[in-house]
Amino acid sequence: MEGSLPLATHPSDPATGVSHAPGMAKELPGAIPAPAAGSLPSLEREGELALYVHWPFCVSKCPYCDFNSHVRDSVDQQAWRDALLRDLAHEAAVLPGRRLGSIFFGGGTPSLMPPATVAALIDAATRHWPAADDIEITLEANPSSVEAARFADLAHAGINRVSLGLQALDDQVLGWLGRAHGVAEGLAALDTAQNHFGRVSFDLIYARPGQTPEAWDAELRRALSFGTEHLSLYQLTIEPGTQFATRVAKGEFVPLDPDAGAELFEQTRAATAAAGLPAYEISNHARPGAESRHNLTYWRYGNYAGIGPGAHGRRDGRATVRRRKPENWIARVEANGHGIEREDDLPPEARAQEALLMGLRLAEGVDLARIAAMSGLSVGQLVDAAAVDRLARQGLLARDGERLTVTDAGMLLLDAILAEIVAA
Amino acid sequence: MAPANRSALCEIFVTVPLDRIRNFSIIAHIDHGKSTLADRLIQRTGGLTDREMSAQVLDNMDIEKERGITIKAQTVRLDYKAKDGKDYVLNLMDTPGHVDFAYEVSRSLAACEGALLVVDAAQGVEAQTLANVYQSIEHDHEIVPVINKIDLPAAEPDKVKAEIEDIIGLPADDAVLASAKAGIGIDEILEAIVARIPAPKGDPAAPLKAMLVDSWYDPYLGVVILIRVVEGTIRKGQQIKFMQADTVHLVDRVGCFRPKIEQLGEMGPGEIGFITAQIKEVSQTAVGDTITDAKKPTAAPLPGFKEVQPVVFCGLFPVDAADFEKLRESLYKLRLNDASFSFEAESSAALGFGFRCGFLGLLHLEIIQERLTREYDLDLITTAPSVVYRLHLSHSKTEDAKVIELHNPADMPDPNRIDMIEEPWIEATIYVPDEYLGSLLKLCQDRRGIQKNLTYVGGRAQITYELPLNEVVFDFYDRLKSISRGYASFDYHQIGYREGDLVKMSIMVNGEPVDALSMIVHRGAAEARGRHMCERLKDLIPRHLFKIPVQAAIGGKVIARETIAAMRKDVTAKCYGGDATRKRKLLEKQKEGKKRMREYGNVNIPQEAFIAALRMGDES
Repeated sequence: MEGSLPLATHPSDPATGVSHAPGMAKELPGAIPAPAAGSLPSLEREGELALYVHWPFCVSKCPYCDFNSHVRDSVDQQAWRDALLRDLAHEAAVLPGRRLGSIFFGGGTPSLMPPATVAALIDAATRHWPAADDIEITLEANPSSVEAARFADLAHAGINRVSLGLQALDDQVLGWLGRAHGVAEGLAALDTAQNHFGRVSFDLIYARPGQTPEAWDAELRRALSFGTEHLSLYQLTIEPGTQFATRVAKGEFVPLDPDAGAELFEQTRAATAAAGLPAYEISNHARPGAESRHNLTYWRYGNYAGIGPGAHGRRDGRATVRRRKPENWIARVEANGHGIEREDDLPPEARAQEALLMGLRLAEGVDLARIAAMSGLSVGQLVDAAAVDRLARQGLLARDGERLTVTDAGMLLLDAILAEIVAA
Repeated sequence: MAPANRSALCEIFVTVPLDRIRNFSIIAHIDHGKSTLADRLIQRTGGLTDREMSAQVLDNMDIEKERGITIKAQTVRLDYKAKDGKDYVLNLMDTPGHVDFAYEVSRSLAACEGALLVVDAAQGVEAQTLANVYQSIEHDHEIVPVINKIDLPAAEPDKVKAEIEDIIGLPADDAVLASAKAGIGIDEILEAIVARIPAPKGDPAAPLKAMLVDSWYDPYLGVVILIRVVEGTIRKGQQIKFMQADTVHLVDRVGCFRPKIEQLGEMGPGEIGFITAQIKEVSQTAVGDTITDAKKPTAAPLPGFKEVQPVVFCGLFPVDAADFEKLRESLYKLRLNDASFSFEAESSAALGFGFRCGFLGLLHLEIIQERLTREYDLDLITTAPSVVYRLHLSHSKTEDAKVIELHNPADMPDPNRIDMIEEPWIEATIYVPDEYLGSLLKLCQDRRGIQKNLTYVGGRAQITYELPLNEVVFDFYDRLKSISRGYASFDYHQIGYREGDLVKMSIMVNGEPVDALSMIVHRGAAEARGRHMCERLKDLIPRHLFKIPVQAAIGGKVIARETIAAMRKDVTAKCYGGDATRKRKLLEKQKEGKKRMREYGNVNIPQEAFIAALRMGDES
């Protein structure tokens, strides 16, 4: 049986709720469980902490993006560096004694961060928490020449993995997506990145209006030819509140038909698997062992600290979210020493739901016994067994003891499957 | 006269002399200004001060105000000093304004000697107006035409006068030109009522004979009964008898509305007012019953009494099964005030527990449904409306041949036992502008209509059709309105039962019959309707994780089939640490939404699908 390790089960201090003064941190039992024998070999990172840093600024807002990103004329870099460091110190104070497995700089456009700020944050984080030997430190980057010019400094600062927002290999499409770079510039940046960082991934957006299977096949084959160890391939989704949503509402373009999108999805999984980068998550493909360790922490519902505007965190079942608007966040940090907007102890049902909806995105699926132990519910309370059996007979789910996985056929229907099976 | 003096006067037990009474109703199409005119008359005769007038005093219920229709008959007593110097009592009877309440209308009309015919100066005569005028004429009423809204730019009083003469056949030379809204012509109307509508007749010394015009439940007074005294006198403390119901009661209040309640000592012939007699339920008071003195009864009851029978039935089910008791209580409360609708508990395999309810017509159904939703805050699923069929059954091993009434398609007996099915027919009168006539004739033909008459008046056609009622309960109004862009008007009355080639059509979703969607249809129309229903459901039922056959069947034979393809894609492309909360909330919402659906053969059918499927929309 797979390791049915509970995540650290100690509660955060209910009396103070948030902050422990340094030095007063309690010695908590079983904070870092050792890896269990027999767990998935390349993916076993349980108990490690992941740190997410949000840099909210962009040069311009892309029409499809609903992330917490903002365009500002100028940024007070010193103030931002100080504020992020304070926000980080707060997390370290309330969650001491963890081993740091990964850091992820996301945004926004974190490749616009001064490398010195990146370096300072990495230094501080690894001082607060001892880093794993093979710590993964990723930064999201725009593939422009301006940013490629900083890759050397960023590598020097400690970044060892980049995720490039290449998005498409077609100039016309890049323009339509509101991207500032062209294909040639993007591929040059990819080349630079491959020279400076040990691990490189890039993003593409597919299932675009009018995209044919043939066109996507050619684009995908070209993408695979660059030899990166990891690819994030997202189907275009029209998110509410984006420029694209308005344009669709006005009838300026029609999103690709979901059935055609389904065809492209299956085609994508076949092509990446054949190229040795099978899907390990719905939209993520990697050479085995080259999965994003940081993102795996989310999907395996491990602990993650999130700092910066709008960042979410999960600390042993306690959900944190920081103020979203950059100005409000920085004001909150200056006033309180952290940017937290609210934090809640999630009830067992909510924890179980999150663990399931995140975990079933992975090809490896979930260990129901582990989620039961983590949430305090019984396995029977987690999922509707009859619904699971029914969907398993339909070939959409597979259950082997307490391991539940969504099959290849079911992956594209995950949201509907979750609504059927999640019991709590 | 101030109200205080008036009350004092009434206490001396005087009935009003017959020659000083005028009883009249107002006949008008919806929106032609009946309520506004009534308000004006009340205001002019001092029934209420300006401050007390809320617009449209007579329509008490929100729904009545919104829809501009009167559901319960009401009356108001106006004191008017005419130009001849004499004081008159004018009783204005506000009649229910819809065909569903035709019998109630006829009783209200029977309580009057005359009517004001109010016609909109811009719109002209409408079908519904016409039907009421004919009823009024049947009651030997003196009719005073009033052309209202003459201040509108589009007003064409001369054209309307000609219409009144051509279409109705009433002299319209001396029609009163008025604008109730602007207060024009109000005095002229009051004078015309006194001068042209005859005074009632009757012998105050004869044994009591009064008509029960309407009744309603009042939380303070109990059941309030609206009456018209025909002969004799009714007074407080009198033992009275309801001749049809054969019950005896003690009168504890006699009074009238001005429109505020005012108690009177007694009422004599010709007078209209109310009594209370410690009656707890409206169902004990039948509209049209004759009230007489228990000890000295009149020889014969008044003619024209009819027992009211529901003609349209449907099932009402709570969306949330936990609301069943609340629905039952709400239905009881509504029935306190409306004895004309009936209900009994019903259970459906998939909709759970609910009630089979009977109504006077589709509008009545809508009103009850709307009041349950609005006043009692209930979410309801309404099954397809059905009429009452008469089934002639042959004998079986255990039973003799017999005739049964079928209110619910789900109760259809074994077809092998059915010798013959009869269905109710109506005669419909429709008024429609010429340009829509073609489409309207097609609609009537499609609905198995038989044309009886077609005449033109000006730019409009008047058509008379005989139609099966079950074709009318099936979205006929909606179609009529959309075909004519709202310009057609429609009126009907039942003309009895006729044999029909009728079958029960079931709808099956994923192989399971959906009882709430089964219906009785004409065999010739079954295939088209079944196909249409399947197509509609195909659009209304969301895709599931598996493909879903949707079938229409008669007996075991499938006559139409559609397939809802399996869902191909329902997944969130991007989901990282920041999305867990949002995704969980979405999931919870999704699960909450499923609770509002009904499951048939593992298929979740949203409530909206039932409502939309039953509203057939564009056929043909």
